Amino acid sequence: MPSLKDLKTRIDSVKSTRKITQAMQMVAAAKLRRAEEAASAARPYAERFDAVLAGLAGGIGEDGPKLLKGTGSDQTWLLVVMTSERGLCGGFNSSIVRLAKAQAKKLVDDGKTVKILTVGKKGREQLRRDYGDHFVGHVDLSEVKRVGYTNAQDIASDIIGRFDAGEFDVAMIYFNKFESVISQVPQELQIIPAKIEASEDATVFDYEPGDEEILVELLPRGVATQILAALLENGASEQGARMSAMDNATRNAGEMIDKLTIQFNRTRQAVITNELIEIISGAEAL
Amino acid sequence: MSGTMQFDLVSPERSLASGQASSILIPGSDGDMVAMPDHAPVVTGLRPGIVAAEIDGGVQEYVVTGGFAQITKEGATVLADEALPKADATSEFLDVRIAAARESQGGSAGATADEAAKRVADLETLKGML
Repeated sequence: MPSLKDLKTRIDSVKSTRKITQAMQMVAAAKLRRAEEAASAARPYAERFDAVLAGLAGGIGEDGPKLLKGTGSDQTWLLVVMTSERGLCGGFNSSIVRLAKAQAKKLVDDGKTVKILTVGKKGREQLRRDYGDHFVGHVDLSEVKRVGYTNAQDIASDIIGRFDAGEFDVAMIYFNKFESVISQVPQELQIIPAKIEASEDATVFDYEPGDEEILVELLPRGVATQILAALLENGASEQGARMSAMDNATRNAGEMIDKLTIQFNRTRQAVITNELIEIISGAEAL
Repeated sequence: MSGTMQFDLVSPERSLASGQASSILIPGSDGDMVAMPDHAPVVTGLRPGIVAAEIDGGVQEYVVTGGFAQITKEGATVLADEALPKADATSEFLDVRIAAARESQGGSAGATADEAAKRVADLETLKGML
């Protein structure tokens, strides 16, 4: 049976934990709003971009740029796993890592070569044990306050540089898509070779300078746009996941405090009863 | 001819302008062009320059550092790499881009070096227009 003092200490410690999780929840809520705004502000560009690219790629024959048509092989895969830089966000990182691991395992079983590029250190930590020797690079975003297009461009040019050097044939990105505060869905998306749905729109465009030149300009931007969208979705998802994780933690701490308080009161009463019994039996003995 | 066309200016991070414009000046990679309603469908690359849209008699100007534009009969969409209203653009903003372009010019050769040199020149012209 813990003493009254022990219980008091425990209650105080759980109370301060609750304060911290409550504060984190509120911070996450504020950041979530900003992250959501950023994600939705980036959507019009991505949508229009896809429309232009779809119109353009439809008219390209068999021998288009490699970024569009691929290398003709699918032997080496690059998995770009995007996770957060900070923990305490529930299953956010684990769900991305689980999906990436499943794909990596399938590819390795099929005899393919798997390379992994990690963005965000939490995913890297989780992948290190099983797939540490597949790592080819890491992008650290911990110093970045607001993820922007330049970050996406840096990652994209890194990936495209590796592609041009013949380091891989197919690239996939892994991230969480933000559905709501309580639901973030891990996604995998093939970025190289670009998957473009042919457009229904039959408008014939003139291209200046030429359609091939424009396509060569556009495809790297397409990679960057997809990465930016993924980073922003991930950002919103991370805050959403943290918010609900911290909400749970706050609630659990509250329950714990209630339980401990009851135990504390019972113990206090038992101590009083004990003291009374001692006094009464002492008096009776006289 | 309706007299106006839909004009949208978006950058990867946000949407800057959307509205009905009567004409839009676009700094195309092969030269400036003005899009007006019922323009033939065109997709063009952009060079660093100023996009000027005539909206309700007034002219709205935006600085863009590159990207591309899609023009259809009904409207024009400018997808800029980076864009901001001309009033907010400072020469410091462009200095950073010019320095970056110079750096890539130094590290390249042949056709890429020519392109990089053109970008530096375009950015400097743009700086002069502010």
